[in-house]
Amino acid sequence: MSRLRLTIKGPAESGGLIAINGSTPMDNIDPRSLYPDYDVLAKRTSLSWNDATRRVIDARLAVPREPRFFSGEQWATLVAVCRRILPQPADRPEVPIAALLDNLLRTDDTQGFRVDPLPYDGPAWKQGLVALEAEARAAYHAAFPALSERVQDALLKEAQAGRLHHPAWAPMTAALFFKHRILTDIPALYYAHPTSWSEIGFGGPAGPRGYVRMGLNRRDPWEAREVGATSQAPARALTRHAR
Amino acid sequence: MRCHADTDTVDFVIVGTGAGGGTLAARLAEQGFSVVALDAGPFFRPLLDFASDETAQNQLFWTDKRVSSGTNPIKMGGNNSGKAVGGSTVHFAMVSLRFRPEWFKSRSILGYGADWPLDWAEMWHYYSMAEQALAIAGPIHYPWGPKRPRYPYRAHELNAAAKLLARGCEALGYRWSETPLATVSAPRGKSPPCVYRGFCRFGCSTNAKQSALTVWIPRALKAGAEIRDLAMAGRIDVDHQGCATGVHYVREGQWRFQNARNVIVCGYAIETPRLLLNSETACFPDGLANSSGLVGRYLMTQANQAAWGRMEDEVRWYKGPPSLALTEHWNYEDRGKDFFGGYCWMGQGPLPIEWVSVQTSARGLWGPALRTEMMDYNHQIGVKMVGEMLPNEDNRVTLDDDTDQYGLPIPRITYEWSENDKRLINHALNQMTMSLAAIGATRIFPQDDDTNHLAGTARMGFNRETSVVNSDCRSWDIPNLWICDGSVFPTTGGVNPALTIQALALRTADRIKHLAARREL
Repeated sequence: MSRLRLTIKGPAESGGLIAINGSTPMDNIDPRSLYPDYDVLAKRTSLSWNDATRRVIDARLAVPREPRFFSGEQWATLVAVCRRILPQPADRPEVPIAALLDNLLRTDDTQGFRVDPLPYDGPAWKQGLVALEAEARAAYHAAFPALSERVQDALLKEAQAGRLHHPAWAPMTAALFFKHRILTDIPALYYAHPTSWSEIGFGGPAGPRGYVRMGLNRRDPWEAREVGATSQAPARALTRHAR
Repeated sequence: MRCHADTDTVDFVIVGTGAGGGTLAARLAEQGFSVVALDAGPFFRPLLDFASDETAQNQLFWTDKRVSSGTNPIKMGGNNSGKAVGGSTVHFAMVSLRFRPEWFKSRSILGYGADWPLDWAEMWHYYSMAEQALAIAGPIHYPWGPKRPRYPYRAHELNAAAKLLARGCEALGYRWSETPLATVSAPRGKSPPCVYRGFCRFGCSTNAKQSALTVWIPRALKAGAEIRDLAMAGRIDVDHQGCATGVHYVREGQWRFQNARNVIVCGYAIETPRLLLNSETACFPDGLANSSGLVGRYLMTQANQAAWGRMEDEVRWYKGPPSLALTEHWNYEDRGKDFFGGYCWMGQGPLPIEWVSVQTSARGLWGPALRTEMMDYNHQIGVKMVGEMLPNEDNRVTLDDDTDQYGLPIPRITYEWSENDKRLINHALNQMTMSLAAIGATRIFPQDDDTNHLAGTARMGFNRETSVVNSDCRSWDIPNLWICDGSVFPTTGGVNPALTIQALALRTADRIKHLAARREL
């Protein structure tokens, strides 16, 4: 049997993809949802949600928009970083990623462990934002949020590649902070929000009802219908009888 | 629930109520012993307390302070640690596999690792007991290993991700199987059949899952055991004759002491050695049961790498238990390997937060590229390995200078993959990638950095110089101190450990009954 030889490295030029079956890197275009008619929150009172789910999602949607954990300057840096890591469309309310992170760290609702030599999540975030700000001022004589998006991206790429060495990072490194905090926490908080679930067509909360149709190209009436999917009747007709 | 005073000297105090402790609490109480089982976590009521949500269910995980270090630091928290009555079984993926028989003698037969002081045929008996107790849903004929009884409940329907795994295996010429799962496929007692909501790894909100919380704990309570939740054990006391006298624990802000004739530690591979090390005395300056110096050593995790790709079809892998099908081909086939050990791979169904963590950790994506990739969520397919990592005494748990919210020194976890581990991982990544390529998946990429289950740190063995406990899970140094959880594994095998821990606990309970009858407790 023939063996594929894989070279496993960090993010490669191909975005980590292996060239099989005609894989090519995705262009960096503004993505559109395949599920424009789907709103996971429409199921809030259905049998797909229980009371415990309603409680926690309601609290998430009501998260205070002001910083309580971060200082004003750290907050401004964080908001700018979140907009570069997870840019959001202008035509809908923004998922408040920074506010969700502030709330998470204030209540210490983290995974608990730290990876040496990073501090625990809260102190790591505060220090990392201060260090990123210091890098911006050292290189561009301006605050990070005041930089252009292109320059912000460039600075973040330098952090990811471990090419930033301001003493303010110690004992962390920019690369570890980027990997374990920026690239772990910000995407997780965005994809913890119902807006993102609607965007990607995820079924969302599913108890106690669960699902019935499990096979390839099968979909329950209470699941998102993909644009262009022709094999099934429109979701609205199918869902008429379902709560 | 029958309740004991701290001043009652109970027959057994058990620390931890997961796969090891929950099983023992039930079996020992059923044999007539008085039992108090402590758990640091809450006693959840899934129907009322569990949300269908990846984030909120962080409440199930062990999130106290820990330090992870070394060349390949292990991701802790929700990845491998539970803090609840029922332990990690409350959020485990229900995969219930037996060891390959040769693994119990991997040193003698296969040339690596260490032998277990147990006979596989005896374990085969206890595996059957555990499968019956957990009403495992599985295939009529399991394609690998010696004959076993048919599973008590019929296998679950395959979801699209599982069907694609099967297709990939068939293309490579490998057998595949429905995964034996601890979630019921038909009603059983208070458990309704699984409704395929797909949040299994964040707690089952319908009680279809057959976890320690729904199987062993109710049996323990019925037989008269006391389950004391929110009780964090901090120290085991030993008298001047070298016998354990009970456990110091903190509950509702108060330090208390439960007297006991026997102590069984079932805290899993991090908290078990931590408790033993934190219980040092003048007579045992290196911690309890540690005359061999091996408490905390030989920590093992399992390789959990994956290959991911995209199908033109809608897969919608969020439906159903995540690992409905698997192949154990490379657990049972040794020809053509350039490494020791084995691995299986299983179908996958990561929910959005886990899926985005794959994209960011394996590919380093962010910005518009990340959001674009995430749009393909319903077309993704993937297979993920559970692979054997070899025991290495330098992979270990020690005490850190820092302390936790109870004032107890926290664990420091140090880990490095061996060259053998890396060869096994590379082999598996090649195989898994080929299985996706064979079914026409595109945009395939490997995830090379993940690990999952834990084992080791209080290994069982044949003598007191080279192990911490004997085949009965009884410590060599302190006759009434027992350890029964994944930490006693000398090797970890290429399958999920939960069923083996439960089979081992069933055996230990039988051995304790036997020893008690002979007045050898």
